[in-house]
Amino acid sequence: MKRRLRDVPWALAMLLPSLALIAVWTVYPLVKAIQNGHLRCDVTGTKCRDAGWGRYVDVFKSREFQHALSVSLKLMVLTVPTGLVLGIALAVLADKQLRGIGFFRTAFSSTVATSVAVASLVWFVLLQPQIGVLADLFSGIFPVLKNPGLLNDPGTALFAVALSSIWANLGFTFIIVTAALQSVPRDLYESAYVDGAGSFTRFTNVTIPMIAPTLLFVGVVLTTRALQTYGEVALLTGGGPNPQQSTTTIPYLIYGKNSLIHNDLGTKSAAAVLLFLLSLIFAVVQFRGLEKRVHYGS
Amino acid sequence: MAYGSGVAQVRLEHITKTFGTGDDAVRAVDDVSIDIAHHEFMILLGPSGCGKSTLLRMVAGLEDPTSGEVYIADALVNDVEPKARDIAMVFQSYALYPHKTVRANIEFPLKVRGVSKTERAAEALRAADVLGLADYMHRKPGQLSGGQRQRVALARAIVRNPAVFLMDEPLSNLDAKLRGDTRAELVDLHRRLDTTILYVTHDQVEAMTMGTRVAVLNQGRLQQIGTPQQVYDQPATAFVAQFIGTPPMNLLPAGMLGSADVHVGIRPEHLELRSDGNIHAVVRQVEHLGHEILLIGDAAGTKLIARLDPSAFVPKVGDPVVFGTDPGRLHRFDAATGERVS
Repeated sequence: MKRRLRDVPWALAMLLPSLALIAVWTVYPLVKAIQNGHLRCDVTGTKCRDAGWGRYVDVFKSREFQHALSVSLKLMVLTVPTGLVLGIALAVLADKQLRGIGFFRTAFSSTVATSVAVASLVWFVLLQPQIGVLADLFSGIFPVLKNPGLLNDPGTALFAVALSSIWANLGFTFIIVTAALQSVPRDLYESAYVDGAGSFTRFTNVTIPMIAPTLLFVGVVLTTRALQTYGEVALLTGGGPNPQQSTTTIPYLIYGKNSLIHNDLGTKSAAAVLLFLLSLIFAVVQFRGLEKRVHYGS
Repeated sequence: MAYGSGVAQVRLEHITKTFGTGDDAVRAVDDVSIDIAHHEFMILLGPSGCGKSTLLRMVAGLEDPTSGEVYIADALVNDVEPKARDIAMVFQSYALYPHKTVRANIEFPLKVRGVSKTERAAEALRAADVLGLADYMHRKPGQLSGGQRQRVALARAIVRNPAVFLMDEPLSNLDAKLRGDTRAELVDLHRRLDTTILYVTHDQVEAMTMGTRVAVLNQGRLQQIGTPQQVYDQPATAFVAQFIGTPPMNLLPAGMLGSADVHVGIRPEHLELRSDGNIHAVVRQVEHLGHEILLIGDAAGTKLIARLDPSAFVPKVGDPVVFGTDPGRLHRFDAATGERVS
């Protein structure tokens, strides 16, 4: 006990650099945002007064936030399951010992090294109604690609954003799932094979349960990323097409230059805190809900 | 002959397995033929890398032979899927599904074959009963000891009542005491289940104590096949002579006893201290094991081990001694081929 007390100053000294970083870049901004969330500002955003905790309820109920919330949730529904399934499918394919598989592994994982800005620019060009390759190739089946263009139609713009987002996140899912697949003991597959399990049964009875902890992790990360989607929206659609604000996600509502609350520091801060709570709730629900069904360890 | 007289349950004919191609090719199994009769407990014994596991995996259908034929119950199964071979396999790692309960693990082979839920439960309970696992059905493998996991693996194998059990070093992950107990249980299980077992091990004690016959492999080649006593008493090659027996057989350099093209082998228990002997040595070490004493001597650079009775006279380290043996106890091996002479 005495010895432990003697170690305390040293322990604190060792922890200080990390504590300082967390304090400056995480704790302070969060506290400041929570404070700012109390503010109600005028139209120009210059005069603000403290409106208390009730301000959060007002912001949550506001038409702008409700709309952005529904856009964010739709984006989440569009991207997370598809991204997860595609990532698993590619990883399972690339796990096979085939000739030239190294090329595909590199290709599939390449989007990890691609920034959101680059990915968005690539999709922006691909989806251009006049010069885009996709418009030229598939406008016969999907006329919307040419007129008015996937990004310009209020009904399809969110799909385009989701497409770019799924693509950009695919490398991450692929790499993590590939690593998880390689950690599954081969004996389990062989044992199941000898016992008469076909490839689908082996996939559902061995592969999926064995990589379930990884899938839970990837699912939580993808959900959080979907809720935080900003770059794709800012670069592909600017929150539009307008006036419907078809792709204004909560982060775009907070940061975007076309956002309707662009000048309102108080509302923006409140929205940011609400987004934080939303992400937290989703992560907790996912862990709580799935943890019982996920097996960790050997 | 007690074994090999019935219908061969598993027949391997000229099995060869080569991994890789060209200069990198490795011949893991080289022209091995074995007949395993119904109800045999056949041990495939050899050092690591001798091809014994590869041979077992070819019987299981996890590897395809490069050439040769595998027959199970007189049917050629080279192109038959593992599930249709009527076999069950126990892996060294046990290969239990960590996310499934003991019950679900044992039921799995039945489940994939579409056996009904009630029948599955009854069969699993029967198999669990045989192995004393009935109280652990709701546990996950992670909550079991090594020995219990091993039993679950066995229960999963017997639940389907296959014609042949394939076991790949199933005891090597257990501690010494448990290994001894489980050896006896496996022998008992074999007797009760009236089944054929093909068992891979590198442990000659397992081979001697459990097998009805032992096939000794080295570098992919079959060295000898026979009952444990035959293999011990009449080793077919110098390799078998030295691989089986603890401590191993003393193998004298060519010419030390007898002709120049023959190695003479003497088991430690047959090497005696006798004044009329003809092997002169110096004692290097004396190991007291309680029930016996191992005398380790040096005969002109050759290490000799003699097994002595503790009540006998025991020389001290550094003493010169003379060893001799009954001529009928000598084993002779061709110096060039290593094969038994006479």
